Amino acid sequence: MSVVTLTINDELVSAQEGETLLAVLHERGIDMPTLCHLEGLSERGGCRLCMVELEGSSRLQAACVTQVQEDMIVHTHSERLVKYRKMILELLFAERNHICAVCVMNGNCELQWEAAKIGMDHVRYEYLNPDLAMDASHERYVLDHNRCILCTRCVRVCDEIEGAHVWDVMGRGANSRVIIDLNQAWGTSQSCTSCGKCVQVCPTGALFDKGATVAEMEKQHNFLRWILDGREKNVWSYGK
Amino acid sequence: MNKLRFATAWLGGCSGCHMSFLDLDEKLIDLAEKIELVYSPIADVKEFPEGVDVTLVEGAVANLDNLRLAQEIRARSRLVVSFGDCAVTGNVPSLRNKLGVDDLLTAVYHEGPGRHPTGGDAIMPRLLPKVLPLHQVIKVDAFLPGCPPDAERIWIAVSALLAGEPVVLEPSMRTFG
Amino acid sequence: MNRADLETMAQREVQRQQTFRCRILCCASTPCLSSGGSAVHDAIKDAIKEGGFDADFQAVATGCMGPCSRGPMITVQTSGGEDVIYEHVTPEASRQIVAHHAAASPAPVEYILPGDIPFFAKQKKVVLANSGFIDPERLEDYVARGGYTALGYALREMTPETVCREIIDSGLRGRGGAGYPTGLKWDMVRKARGDRKYVVANGDEGDPGAYMDRTLMESDPHRLLEGMAIAGYAVGADQGFLYVRGEYPIAAKRLERAIRAAERRGLLGSRVLDSNFNFRVDVRIGAGAFVCGEETALMASIMGMRGQPVPRPPYPAQSGLWEKPTLINNVETLGSIAPIIQHGAAWFAEIGTAKSKGTKIFALAGKVDTTGLIEVPMGITLREIVYDIGGGIPDGLDFKAAQTGGPSGGCIPAAHLDTPMDYESLRALGSIMGSGGLIIMDERSCMVDVAKFFMEFCMDESCGKCVPCRVGTVQMHHLLERITTGSATAQDLETLQDLCVMVKETSLCGLGQSAPNPVLSTIHYFLEEYMAHIRDHQCLAGVCTLDQAPITELALV
Repeated sequence: MSVVTLTINDELVSAQEGETLLAVLHERGIDMPTLCHLEGLSERGGCRLCMVELEGSSRLQAACVTQVQEDMIVHTHSERLVKYRKMILELLFAERNHICAVCVMNGNCELQWEAAKIGMDHVRYEYLNPDLAMDASHERYVLDHNRCILCTRCVRVCDEIEGAHVWDVMGRGANSRVIIDLNQAWGTSQSCTSCGKCVQVCPTGALFDKGATVAEMEKQHNFLRWILDGREKNVWSYGK
Repeated sequence: MNKLRFATAWLGGCSGCHMSFLDLDEKLIDLAEKIELVYSPIADVKEFPEGVDVTLVEGAVANLDNLRLAQEIRARSRLVVSFGDCAVTGNVPSLRNKLGVDDLLTAVYHEGPGRHPTGGDAIMPRLLPKVLPLHQVIKVDAFLPGCPPDAERIWIAVSALLAGEPVVLEPSMRTFG
Repeated sequence: MNRADLETMAQREVQRQQTFRCRILCCASTPCLSSGGSAVHDAIKDAIKEGGFDADFQAVATGCMGPCSRGPMITVQTSGGEDVIYEHVTPEASRQIVAHHAAASPAPVEYILPGDIPFFAKQKKVVLANSGFIDPERLEDYVARGGYTALGYALREMTPETVCREIIDSGLRGRGGAGYPTGLKWDMVRKARGDRKYVVANGDEGDPGAYMDRTLMESDPHRLLEGMAIAGYAVGADQGFLYVRGEYPIAAKRLERAIRAAERRGLLGSRVLDSNFNFRVDVRIGAGAFVCGEETALMASIMGMRGQPVPRPPYPAQSGLWEKPTLINNVETLGSIAPIIQHGAAWFAEIGTAKSKGTKIFALAGKVDTTGLIEVPMGITLREIVYDIGGGIPDGLDFKAAQTGGPSGGCIPAAHLDTPMDYESLRALGSIMGSGGLIIMDERSCMVDVAKFFMEFCMDESCGKCVPCRVGTVQMHHLLERITTGSATAQDLETLQDLCVMVKETSLCGLGQSAPNPVLSTIHYFLEEYMAHIRDHQCLAGVCTLDQAPITELALV
């Protein structure tokens, strides 16, 4: 594989051809906020937090779906980008009922942490406070639409890793909802294998173990790496 | 040295932020030397005074009384701080926002357990259609998130305010919840 | 069928049509059908039968004639005479019309629309040349007017490369709105490597008030198929998809029929016109999502997936349907292809302006005397469209603004009435050419309300994939709602503008990127109206209720 050279925040950087810009930024230890991205799943480019400026292009690009190119000149933390990231997080907090204080993921939530990291300390938009349901019909897991940010990690992990494709999205715009099978109660799903991968990859408190209460839920993504290392490289080393 | 005229106020919230404020423990003694507490739920003052330097406001804006007090605070304070998640985000009080005000009152007072109060309107200030965070009704100068913000956060914020510096919190000190 | 057979078919049909002394063309396009066109058509057929005129009268159900607000429309062609156009025809009137042309009884003058009025005189029909003159359900009608000769010529006399060259030279640009040079796109797909390639016609027209593509598909389906086949030959594709929005059942039905008729005669399918070129076309019907007009969402929909856009690059030219190189063109773009091949790139490039060649179809709607579907040379001024073709603003009111590009576009105020309608000029005004929706507003329209209308549309049509569009449109709509109900503060206007810019710059696809345009453009040209709402609680046009107050004023009461 050939190597390309690019400039990131005024620093010359070399990277493998075919890598995404986001992967390179992570390798370099540049902190990029992400929500829909999760290593091991296909990229979606939906949360728009990892937008970067590319010199010579009038459009901002999401780093997760942009491949590195020779002579690319990238800026990751301009004033404009930081401002937009804050606004996007504000929009997410205003969209549904993200009440951190009473959430199972309080203290472990990726949305909560991204907001704190970037300094999004208040929301200027009107809280929409939609009236959303919870689905506690599964014997082990609970779905809470109030906390869902529609990152679709659950949809992708179920389809791409577990191979069951229980999850999908229905409706559109702000009426979009993640659904189980043909929009039915989780407990009645015959395609769900109860593997719990969706719960583990969910960045917020939208999916959690039944019985977990405020701030008790923690999630692990390592299994994705193990499975993919096994599948792609035939390396089976658990526990790292 | 002139002492800073300092106030705390309690709108629609559980008073947990004030409890956390009391967790400053021995630092309260240091604080008392630098400030004059001119208004607070823990001080018996009826009117919000004029010429306040810093006011920490706990709680969301849930009713007309909250709204009036918030506007009074803004008019009489140099710096207003949203103190805790209810003031910053609406938090738990805002959970009622998905219900209509009338439905809410019926469910809680009429259909709820126990005897419901009579003569309601005179006792209870009119509820706003939606519970709002403080900055959506008045200009707010600094935000101190947390439910409640722990004593350490409060101390860092208050120290900055006393020193006349902007409130800058580390990421781990500015999480909601 | 080969080119000689095609020629024979054309001649036979021309001769057949000449046997009729009088051909009565009845518009059977959606607007005329919805105002009673099929009853008119039936009445004409009955009158012909009852009068025993079957031998020399023919009633033909055609496509759109243009002045839709004057429908049902009919055109009477008499051998040796001038065409006579009738408007607002009723079944009763149609009997009089038949009687008049049969026996030279007095003409029902109150129904006659003079053919030399500016509505017709200022137009130039290239893409719509057959529209209103042929029966869209008869292949012979299209062939009689030179149909499929361009395809025959391209297949025999041109290489794929020279076809692409010809389209590049014509200066044709995408009619879907963005205005990308069509020939360059073709050439990219031609050069792209892939064992299979596809051609897609985008007929998922969705802008409120726009019906250019519907009309073309309903009125002249074979023109579109011919354009697709030429495109397929040029880029090396053997399969085409016609994506028609679900709300266009008549268009879909006529296209299906046209495909079958063309396949039966060897004009599509295997060995097209006895050449080595194979080209199948299938219709795919949308399910009611505006976003499926966006090319990547459209392709997802064709492949049976949820109609949501995916980030570009890769562009469809490199990796489109089933990851194969795919050419996607708007229906109107493909409708321009046959005339370009037939008359040559130079002929086409003579029409229009230096950078915007050819003609553009607009759906002229709103507050003008005559609304309808018009085709004009690029570069015509907005004033000519409004006052000459449209006949001016009714009720003696003043022109206020025109909205081009629908929910993705912007408004053009009266001060810019003399702007030429071309891609660059419209962009310079903060609007876009768009697909051809053109809504004229008079002083009774409130521009904040107009912006709110389009924002509501975008909010409802956002697919929900990316956060800025999904939630940003809701918040922008909220803020506009506050302004129109009177509960907004000056801060809200600032928040709104800030949000507009962010959504424009960070959204994933064109829908979100352009959703703020109507707001930005109305703020740019009509800031005073916004301020009057917020500051004075006044709607100058008298549209908004303004019966609420900002929450912060509640405590003062």
